[in-house]
Amino acid sequence: MSYISYRQLIADGMWHNNVAFVQILGLCPLLAVSSTAINGLGLGIATTLVLIASNLTVSVIRNWVRPEIRIPVFVMIIASFVTAIELSMSAWFYDLYRVLGIFIPLIVTNCAILGRAEAFASRNDIPHSLVDGAAMGIGFTVPLVLLGAMREITGFGTLFAQADLMFGPSAHWLTLNLFDDYGGFLLSILPPGAFIGLGLLIALKNVIDHKRAENRR
Amino acid sequence: MKAMMRNIAIGGVLLALFAMVGTGLVSATYLLTKDQIAENEKQRLLGSINALLPASAYDNAIEQDLIFIRDPIISGKEEIPVYRARNGEEDVAAIIGAIAPDGYAGPIKLLIGIRVSGEITGVRVISHHETPGLGDAIEIDRSDWLLSFIGKSLSSLTEAEWAVKKDGGVFDQFTGATITPRIVVKSVHNTLLYFQKNRKRLFESPAYQGEAT
Repeated sequence: MSYISYRQLIADGMWHNNVAFVQILGLCPLLAVSSTAINGLGLGIATTLVLIASNLTVSVIRNWVRPEIRIPVFVMIIASFVTAIELSMSAWFYDLYRVLGIFIPLIVTNCAILGRAEAFASRNDIPHSLVDGAAMGIGFTVPLVLLGAMREITGFGTLFAQADLMFGPSAHWLTLNLFDDYGGFLLSILPPGAFIGLGLLIALKNVIDHKRAENRR
Repeated sequence: MKAMMRNIAIGGVLLALFAMVGTGLVSATYLLTKDQIAENEKQRLLGSINALLPASAYDNAIEQDLIFIRDPIISGKEEIPVYRARNGEEDVAAIIGAIAPDGYAGPIKLLIGIRVSGEITGVRVISHHETPGLGDAIEIDRSDWLLSFIGKSLSSLTEAEWAVKKDGGVFDQFTGATITPRIVVKSVHNTLLYFQKNRKRLFESPAYQGEAT
């Protein structure tokens, strides 16, 4: 069965095989939704929930599904979970749902999810698949929030604006206005800003990896 | 041959089973959430209406007292809703979901409240694709610009004054974005003209029966 340790799984998901920085998967939502930190967090959490649920289900049924029909079955599982989460968000996090809009149903097209189902969950036991789903999901959420924060700070001069969409009206104190009378920096908010920001983050990760490899030597 | 047919049959049945379970999950979630979702949508609609017209000004179930209209000037090819606010027998105001078809980047959807007297009670932007940081000052969260419409009517301003300042009118334009405010002013003006011409029909048409959207 599985010989990978949980620690290894978490390290892979968060760093060595990170969805956003190394696999470069799920770029469409990553780039489109990361205009503020809270948007990024909302989509990250929704994606993580789908990843955990789909990894769990795929792992449970992995011995019953024949190889010929596994892809359509996985797609069906993922699509059902995404729809269920979309409906739940629209019922209980309506304002956030309206902000994220089209990107919730588009979670279904995030290849990271089908990728994990096929490459990991269909070959490993339930606990390992759960940990893998959570690690990959959080490894996708962190870049989303980081990129969102970068773009929000430079673009709008705020951080965690609209936190109340997610945590209720009591979360207004989370919103930081970093500069008084900030004019805004359009490039950060528009799509090119997302590409540049992601590029910078990937470069930063590579620099850190490089330094660590050198230290080891 | 026989074994292959058997495999195909098993695969097909398995696939159908998974489809049923998946559909079951979605249906269950739908049933659990549908009332809450309908309530959320109603609250949002009432929220936008009440931003234009205080709830104390009318006493009918405004979210159900609506008609759909189509007019090439104020809605393009789409059908747009008109909500009627009434107080007892008396007509108070109409809330018109006009569409400005020619924004800088696609149509701008508006909600315009007009009192029976022809006076504007307020304007909100429901959706737009204008440039963030420039054209999006038409959002009420970003600037007070939309408030400048309150109280204006066809009789309080002349035809020429219904324009941005750059064009000789009374409404501000934004730094770096003239097209967006120009379009919104034009759309509000056209809606007022439409309202003046069709007021009687707007209030007297029977309400639309069916699911409000």
